[in-house]
Amino acid sequence: MVDVIVFIISASVILGGAIGVIFNPNPVHAALSLIATFFGVAILFVLQEVHFLALVQVVVYGGAVVVLFLFVIMLLGVEEIERFDEEPIEGQRIAALGGSLILLGVILAGLFLSGPGGEDGAVAITGQAAQMVPLTNETDVVQLANDLFTRHVFAFEATGLLLTIATVGAVVLVKNRGAEDLVVDEPGTSVR
Amino acid sequence: MGHPFLNDGVDFGDVIFAVIMAVVALVVTLVMTMLMVWFERKVVSRLQNRVGPNVAGPFGLFQTLADGMKLLFKEDLIPSKADRVLFILAPFLAVVPAFLTFTVVPIAGDFSDGKTGTSTLPEFLGGREFLWQVADLPMGILFFLAMSSLAVYGTVLAGYGSGSKYPLISSIRATAQAISYEAALGLSLATVLLVSGTLSTHGMVMNQAGDSFLGFNFAGWHVVTTGFIPFVVFLIAATAELNRPPFDLVEAEQELVGGFHTEYSSFRFALFFLAEFMNTVTMGGIIVTLFFGGPAGPQLLPIGAAMGFIWFFLKLLVFLFIFVWFRATLPRVRYDQLMDLGWKVLIPVSLGWLIMIGGIRLVSSGDMSFSDSKLVDIFVVIGAGLTIGVLASYLLMAAIRTARDERLAAQGLVEVPYLAPASDILAEATNSHAGAPGDQSGSTGGGH
Repeated sequence: MVDVIVFIISASVILGGAIGVIFNPNPVHAALSLIATFFGVAILFVLQEVHFLALVQVVVYGGAVVVLFLFVIMLLGVEEIERFDEEPIEGQRIAALGGSLILLGVILAGLFLSGPGGEDGAVAITGQAAQMVPLTNETDVVQLANDLFTRHVFAFEATGLLLTIATVGAVVLVKNRGAEDLVVDEPGTSVR
Repeated sequence: MGHPFLNDGVDFGDVIFAVIMAVVALVVTLVMTMLMVWFERKVVSRLQNRVGPNVAGPFGLFQTLADGMKLLFKEDLIPSKADRVLFILAPFLAVVPAFLTFTVVPIAGDFSDGKTGTSTLPEFLGGREFLWQVADLPMGILFFLAMSSLAVYGTVLAGYGSGSKYPLISSIRATAQAISYEAALGLSLATVLLVSGTLSTHGMVMNQAGDSFLGFNFAGWHVVTTGFIPFVVFLIAATAELNRPPFDLVEAEQELVGGFHTEYSSFRFALFFLAEFMNTVTMGGIIVTLFFGGPAGPQLLPIGAAMGFIWFFLKLLVFLFIFVWFRATLPRVRYDQLMDLGWKVLIPVSLGWLIMIGGIRLVSSGDMSFSDSKLVDIFVVIGAGLTIGVLASYLLMAAIRTARDERLAAQGLVEVPYLAPASDILAEATNSHAGAPGDQSGSTGGGH
């Protein structure tokens, strides 16, 4: 009973946040709505008794990622807000609407196709899931670590490499802009 | 022992007990915060050869109270250009995480002679067992990290919501500083977690309790078992996270008027003030818990859990003094120094130290060995770790120096002997605006 109430509250927080991200004209308010969504997801994790994921959700997404978003929004200039009203890419909104309708269809199909066991519909869409690791009595941190660093260690390392490549790529792109664009404010040198 | 809320079956008594715990914690934090403000003003005054507050109450103890009352009766202003929702929300976003963090700090309890720090209520109150912290979460330390990463929103949204230039600059600084120093904070924390093997704050105190010298378990304190470096990194990163001097660029009075709270007055300003000092006290408590055994200590007087509080308070006082001492002695760092220290010193050092501690634990647990003797293995790991560390830091320094020289040479500001003449690089950069990334590095390696 309690978990149903908690689910309803957190689900409405998640949905409300998600709607807020899309419909808020002010990017800072949209970022705040995103935090609400992340919080709702964290509460759902707590409900499933995966405290580690819940707190990591708050630390990484709620704490670091959205702070980074805010940093970029503020650095680029808050006065540019009006530009968010116009469509940057022609036909973007219609395409987005179509894409979300397709996704909604897939989800609904999954829901309606699944039998009483809840297996068939999901399998019909995603295919047979890999063998699940049996749950043990250890804490969720230990289970997560065992799974991540044994079975999925390659994917884990590959993700790390991917992020490094992305970072290096970003630096290269910025460096490539040419020296005259750089404003050097270097300590210990006098600009002539 | 888990917290009653984490077990099944919550009855009315549990709820009442939790509420009482929360209220007591709130009162304790508020009183500590009030005393901290007084302590800071008094100590800074003494360090600057002044007297400090001395009129309101004995030793000026009630000065904070008087200031708080005065603030409450001031006019509450909301600037016309402010984003009203954010402007009103921001002070609460600053205060709430500050309060919540304190819930996982164990502030008392008897940990001597293998006791677990639990206390029992008298029989007529239900005979309940409890810990001297509001909640012993299974992931208490992560909860602390989560709250400290949320605390920055108060600052950021206050600056943005004020609709004013200087607070906005302060906000941008706050976000950049929070992102930079959270990584170092987390990495040095990871070393502690690796050594202690628990995420619960109570578990950490239990780990460090014992009797190795004069009733304290000095040899088991995490500051010793993690090898001191993580403690130093944590202390610096914590000072930066708190936006306290010498890392108070967010509130640099000379440049930004008052920083993010320039436009705030009355009660809202008081909330920011409260949050700042409460965070300082809580961070001190976290440091004591993580590295110095929290309330664990010898029972000098037969007063049970209260002795734990005395030890906790004494240890906390040392760190609060250190924070104040920093403020009174260190000049504010420049922005580029702040970023350099965070990204180029603290993060590499704490990451390298984490890996080395991991290696040491691997060989000392016997999972991996190079020789017959564990001691030799450990020395091999330490030697290899330090060698790699020295090499890596040399490479990093060389990379930073080269990049800087290149940048300055491209501007024609300095002549660097191993680079092409400045005019060449300038011409090259202007001509090949969208040239391949190899262009500039090529001229470095070529050494014209």
